[in-house]
Amino acid sequence: MAAAAQPTSPNEDRPLLQVEGLRKHFPAGSSRFRRNERFIHAVDDVNFTLGRGESLGLVGESGCGKTTTGKMLVRLIDPSDGHVIFDDGTGEPTDIATLRGRPLKEFRKHAQMIFQDPYESMNPRRTIFDTIAEPLQVQDIGTLVDRLDRVMEMLALVGLTPPRTFLFRYPHELSGGQRQRVAIARALIVEPSFVVADEPTSMLDVSVRTGVMQLMADLADGLGIGYLYITHDLAVARYMCSRIAVMYLGKIVEIGDTEEILRSPQHPYTQALLSAVPVPDPTVAREPVKIKGGVTTLINPPAQCRFYPRCPIADDYCETNDHPPLEHKGQEQEVACYKA
Amino acid sequence: MAVDVAPQEAAPSIRKVRLTLAMRSLRENWSLFLGTRIGVIGLVIIIFYLVLALAHPILMNTVWEERVYDPVVGYAFDETRQPAPPSWNHLLGTDPLGRDVLSQLMHSARTEFLLGLLAAVVTVTIGTTVGAVAAYYGGIIDTILMRFADLMVMMPGISILIVLSALIGVEHFELALIIGILSGFGGASILLKSQALSVVVKPYIEAARAAGGGPLHIIFIHIVPNLLPLSFLYMMFTVTGAIFSEAILSFLGLLDVRMSWGLMIHTTEAAGYLLQVGAYWWLIFPASLSITLLCTSFYLVGRAMDEIVNPRLRRL
Amino acid sequence: MSGYPLLAVEDLTMHYQTRAGEVCAVDGVSLSLERGQSLGLVGESGCGKSSLALALLRLQPENAQILRGKVLLDGVDLVSLSEEEMRKYRWNRIAMVFQSAMNALDPVYRVGDQIIEALEQHSNAARQDMVERVGELYKLVNLSPNFIQRYPHEYSGGMKQRAIIAMALACEPDLIIADEPTTALDVIVQDHILREFGNIRKELNMSMLYISHDMAVIAEVSDVVAVMYAGKIVEYGTAEEVFNKPIHPYTRALMSAFPSVTGEKHELATLGGEPPNPLDLPTGCHFHPRCPFATEVCAEQEPPTVRRGDHWADCWNPPED
Repeated sequence: MAAAAQPTSPNEDRPLLQVEGLRKHFPAGSSRFRRNERFIHAVDDVNFTLGRGESLGLVGESGCGKTTTGKMLVRLIDPSDGHVIFDDGTGEPTDIATLRGRPLKEFRKHAQMIFQDPYESMNPRRTIFDTIAEPLQVQDIGTLVDRLDRVMEMLALVGLTPPRTFLFRYPHELSGGQRQRVAIARALIVEPSFVVADEPTSMLDVSVRTGVMQLMADLADGLGIGYLYITHDLAVARYMCSRIAVMYLGKIVEIGDTEEILRSPQHPYTQALLSAVPVPDPTVAREPVKIKGGVTTLINPPAQCRFYPRCPIADDYCETNDHPPLEHKGQEQEVACYKA
Repeated sequence: MAVDVAPQEAAPSIRKVRLTLAMRSLRENWSLFLGTRIGVIGLVIIIFYLVLALAHPILMNTVWEERVYDPVVGYAFDETRQPAPPSWNHLLGTDPLGRDVLSQLMHSARTEFLLGLLAAVVTVTIGTTVGAVAAYYGGIIDTILMRFADLMVMMPGISILIVLSALIGVEHFELALIIGILSGFGGASILLKSQALSVVVKPYIEAARAAGGGPLHIIFIHIVPNLLPLSFLYMMFTVTGAIFSEAILSFLGLLDVRMSWGLMIHTTEAAGYLLQVGAYWWLIFPASLSITLLCTSFYLVGRAMDEIVNPRLRRL
Repeated sequence: MSGYPLLAVEDLTMHYQTRAGEVCAVDGVSLSLERGQSLGLVGESGCGKSSLALALLRLQPENAQILRGKVLLDGVDLVSLSEEEMRKYRWNRIAMVFQSAMNALDPVYRVGDQIIEALEQHSNAARQDMVERVGELYKLVNLSPNFIQRYPHEYSGGMKQRAIIAMALACEPDLIIADEPTTALDVIVQDHILREFGNIRKELNMSMLYISHDMAVIAEVSDVVAVMYAGKIVEYGTAEEVFNKPIHPYTRALMSAFPSVTGEKHELATLGGEPPNPLDLPTGCHFHPRCPFATEVCAEQEPPTVRRGDHWADCWNPPED
């Protein structure tokens, strides 16, 4: 709403988010007395942009750093290094990677997060009204009566009707799909300009999943919200996102237009990921996944390509050189691979 | 779910709805509580002693003559030998100093309640806050608070109380505060912190942070309410502990109290009747049985609450 | 060989007693499974598929009760066996791999020792033979023998699940029940495990009951598919028939709600409503409040069975053949 209402802003051409060299290194086996020199490189030099109202899918397996990346963008985790230039066209572009105090709290009105687990992301002792109104309450927006009206509006918007029958229920009285709708309402009540959605449908049943997916897509379109959609499921990303970025062990290995990547994946990891997705057709026999076992340690990893130990097409060049940079391999497609 | 509000009168009615919801959950927990046999037994005993405690001032103002029945300075002029066995005038007899045992018992019940509950409230208030703060902040704050807690746990509570009572003279109020502070910063904060740790990692805490919630908001709106069931439980056990400590200290004659169950036994012991239980049962049994029963009853109520709070313990 | 199918379930009904009331988790389920065949049981959370698995093994929780029905393994009714006799069937004849089994490995013991300990309860072989047997099993599930002497925390999720499968295969069971064994795993690991299941099944001529909420996984592993909704099997048939010509509106809704990465991007259909409350199931056909084809009769009477060869479904308004 706020973001979409200003199409003629002078900063029109700037993306909503410009992520540059984002890193998160967690200390491995910390000790209070010894200086730590071992770090888990959870997110390592990640670069991408997210346009206003655009939806970007961040795809990868568990432990690849996609959730850490997402949480850094809403500053639930502080980045170790790098910049995230945020510009929704309403104010000065700011680097949110280093915000503190009041400006950080202000920024939280513009960036919200939807969590994976609809059962754990709501305080079981607070009513739906309290849960959805929480961002307004802590940001001190409106009176109690205003908040009540806003919450009713949001409930209607996310399809929980009639709203007043939901207001004073507790989370455990709602089904998983309904709770995730409540989570969406909570995230959108402050009219953010972007939302990080961390696998919001992965714990929902198939029969309610599509409803929630549809709702999120519609709201993103209608309100002009930029989404970072984190998922391990390429099929879901296909339906939710116009662009996807594939992450492997803290690095983006391929990024580009969703259909283009699904049609012709360039990076061997993307290819493996795609070929591993089961096909809901008993007559189709999938090709075996061409990928070796073996894992790269994330604690002070070697400079070579992160995917090298498992790569089916790697050669000596890959072993001796640094992790490859992202390079254009198509109209909208960038790939980090020497051999692609 | 017939909870409904009309927007125009929203503010007062939200409060009304909240009250309704609180009452509803209270009713639900109450019916669960009634389902636990031990809880009901405990509650019956507590009510019994509550009635005794409340009846004492009434009796003193109506039927009981202060000169005779005052638990501390009274004297049973109607008895020729002290201690006198139970009679119609003195249902539980008199003590070696000629005071009415029943009156002492009832008078003490009130102080035991006040002592136990005050100690428990202090314990739990401190323990919940310290536990939540330590779990939320972690790091150096956590370390300091928890090492301090270790120190408190290691403190020999009884010995400290002995020293303190020698120095400043400890009465019930001070005793409750000391017990409350010792166990509040000690065991209670360790226990409640471990519970708080499991709350801190929940996504709804992150959601609250993402919404812009500060430490105070998160600690008191999200963490503390989720600790309350356990706090309440701990409260029940603290009551037991406080009454018990008081009994021991009074029995040893170390407390500066006017009257208590422990002191009643102490008086008996000082007068040399402690080992003649058979002949002078009314000097020992009423007081010691009361200590045991009241401690047990709070413990039973605590166990029943434990069953309600931890559904895993619940029998289906 | 006997003339019986390996596993035949007849009219199995199981209820849970809860404080809120009685829940009918498994409602008159009948199934049969031939030797070497794999049956995919698909349904959403709370539909009773896991309860069914537990009931087959007689591992249902204390508050559950098998009210009626039979579970015939090679013609022997497991429901009527004593607990003592049942124990001989579990693991020896029917083995199980649960989703949470991964976390069932005891962190303080070496994984190999845990498998041996389990073996000891079911066989009298010498310890040396058992050690060798564990080696064979590790080879079977594609785990490096180096890991036999390691602790669970040194295993990745996929490796733990493999160790659990190895444990399940230890006694060469006739039937393996796998309840969402890959749900917590990444797609590439899932792919490996699914392939291994397939290979091992062929190698040992084992039957499998594979339970999942994921239509695509079911399509890959099953010969026969059963769709479960609110405690009942609502559709049953060979995988090809069920996937290509689904009869029940619920099955059809599941299929069209499933996003896919291959082929044209089709519009995802949305199934309205919420999964049924097991304490308060809808009358008639349990699916009728969410069914786009529901008519009056659906709400009033239980649906009849529509048969197309061996493929059947319970529905009042099936599509034209």
